[in-house]
Amino acid sequence: MDSDLKKKLLREMLFARRFEERCYEAYVERKIGGFLHLYSGEEACAMGVIEAAQAGHDYVITSYRDHVHAIKCGMDPKVVMAELYAKETGCCKGLGGSMHIFGVENRFMGGYALVGGPFPLAAGIAKGIKMKGGDEICICFLGDAANNQGTFHESLNMAKIWNLPVLYVCENNLYGIGTRIDRSTAVVDQYKRVSGYNIPSEQVDGQDVEIVYDAAQKAIEHVRSGKGPYFLELMTYRYRGHSMSDSNAYREKEEERMWSKRDPIITLLDRLIEAGEITKDEYKAVDAKILAEIENEVIRFAEESPEPSMDLLNKYVLTENDSYASGGSS
Amino acid sequence: MAEIMFWEAVQRAHDEEMANDPLVYCMGEDIGVAGGTYKATKGLYDKYGPERVIDTPISENGFTGLGIGSSFLGCRPIIEIMSVNFAWLAMDQLFNTAAKVHYMSGGQLMAPVVVRSPGGTAHQLGAQHSARMEKVFMGIAGLRVVTPSNPRQAYGLLKSAVRCNDPVFINEHEMMYNMKGEVPDAEYFMPLEGSEISRGGKDVTLFGYNISVYWCQQAAEILSRNHNIDAEVIDLYSLSPLDREGIKRSVSKTHRAVIVEEAEPAVGVGAEIMAIINEECFYELDAPPMRVSAENVPIPYNHNLERAAIPDIQNVVDAVLKMFGRS
Ligand SMILES: Cc1ncc(C[n+]2csc(CCOP(=O)(O)OP(=O)(O)O)c2C)c(N)n1
Ligand SMILES: [Mg+2]
Repeated sequence: MDSDLKKKLLREMLFARRFEERCYEAYVERKIGGFLHLYSGEEACAMGVIEAAQAGHDYVITSYRDHVHAIKCGMDPKVVMAELYAKETGCCKGLGGSMHIFGVENRFMGGYALVGGPFPLAAGIAKGIKMKGGDEICICFLGDAANNQGTFHESLNMAKIWNLPVLYVCENNLYGIGTRIDRSTAVVDQYKRVSGYNIPSEQVDGQDVEIVYDAAQKAIEHVRSGKGPYFLELMTYRYRGHSMSDSNAYREKEEERMWSKRDPIITLLDRLIEAGEITKDEYKAVDAKILAEIENEVIRFAEESPEPSMDLLNKYVLTENDSYASGGSS
Repeated sequence: MAEIMFWEAVQRAHDEEMANDPLVYCMGEDIGVAGGTYKATKGLYDKYGPERVIDTPISENGFTGLGIGSSFLGCRPIIEIMSVNFAWLAMDQLFNTAAKVHYMSGGQLMAPVVVRSPGGTAHQLGAQHSARMEKVFMGIAGLRVVTPSNPRQAYGLLKSAVRCNDPVFINEHEMMYNMKGEVPDAEYFMPLEGSEISRGGKDVTLFGYNISVYWCQQAAEILSRNHNIDAEVIDLYSLSPLDREGIKRSVSKTHRAVIVEEAEPAVGVGAEIMAIINEECFYELDAPPMRVSAENVPIPYNHNLERAAIPDIQNVVDAVLKMFGRS
């Protein structure tokens, strides 16, 4: 990976971290409501994989922990934050919320709240790609615990038999809310579960964005070249509770300490400093710029945007003016 | 009689029933070590151990089916589905098996499972976490559906549901677990069928269930204080079967009915009660019955839109005033 790309990823991971931590504050200030699931600690996963793909061209779909994936696909952080603030300028006009960021223009096909729901949707998007003859792929990011839904197994099977261009990325952070993976799952290494479907799979360190990037390149090359689905397991850790209503009480402090030493941002930063590609001061300047951008642009935009109009309540229940629905087309 | 919280009442019923019968067990996501999202199983893991207080994988249809299978052998599982929105995933086993197996086996098998799950709109949880599903469950023959509105009912209904030989779905509410109320100190089994008069009145009947009972009660206070209308409030804690007799009795007394539901109107509790009134006591009516329901929309995230989507106390008052020609 060349130096410029490393620096870009460093900046983007740091932006993601600062964005998420600012969401935390806004939630405490009651500017953001509902459920809020933060991605802090897991940045290298979305960044490494989507960097290796063609953001805005390839399709991405994920769960409720979705802000960072959306931004990496090219969505404006301002409209993501405005959505969290439930404002009219939000990407879903305030109808969706944190768990349901959508940016179809950027081919970010949404965040979904039901665990396991996106597995078949991703296979379906891949089916659509295939039928329309495009060279895109679909990338589905989901957690480890989601793999215990039937949809995981059903989707892998269908994706394989129909040779669909879908990359499943498992962000294995070892927990599904408060339940540790070994208490809920017979086979802890998720990539092994996939072998039953004759789909190639790999497990790599999800805290090192270079490793993620390299593994994703290989995976994406496989999928894009028409060889069918691929499964990539990234070993990672979330720093915060499952959502804002979770205190993390079930985790050992020692485990948290161990993972914090493998922080994806610090890991890359140390490497860049050691190689003389960036100085501490340069990094601090980047950070200051990011903090200012988030405060002066992203947050300000969200704060100053108007509430959605009440007319929206009934607007998107069904599509508008469908002549087949109304009978006007005959 | 002690005043306890709703979740404590549910926890107490679990505890007593598990102590009473070694074949009673409970399972669900994060109910064991963590004690449950709403604390309904707090402390039970330490007391009864992992064989009887089971943290499940996220496999709703799977563990619900497993619970049903064990009930064929006489086990009495109490299954917690973390939110009714996730219960959609378990409907196959609930509807295709639990509700039908006694019938299609010619009475050979029973499925005495209890499934508890909170629904309703809470605080801005968005479209996929705000379902109100009671109307779906109550439409399925072979399944009992109850929905407690206070800690006493939560305790007494769960106790009876565990002992009952039918599958019982208990529809709770995310916003009600910290609500306080009196629960008898002595063991108490509430009948799964029937309704309760939560406030007597003579001018109009307000039908509510679960959280809408509170909207009805508070609307009744306002109607009495400001408008000289004496409303009766009926708490329909059993949604399947509905208490036809109780509905008829009250409407025959007040001659007017308003049904208050948190869900969208179509094919709902209100529609069903109107049909029952039609069938049981149409000629007792002084005015066409009305229903106060949610907007027919998925629930939006924005707070103001969310509030506009579901009914409130003022909507109930307004409906009654309209019925009396006072608006
Ligand atoms: C069908 C369904 N069941 C349960 C839940 C509640 N729930 C939300 S997230 C979650 C844990 C998911 O863990 P994992 O898939 O590992 O993703 P992570 O949150 O760790 O990123 C659970 C149980 C849900 N949202 N949907
Ligand atoms: Mg996880």
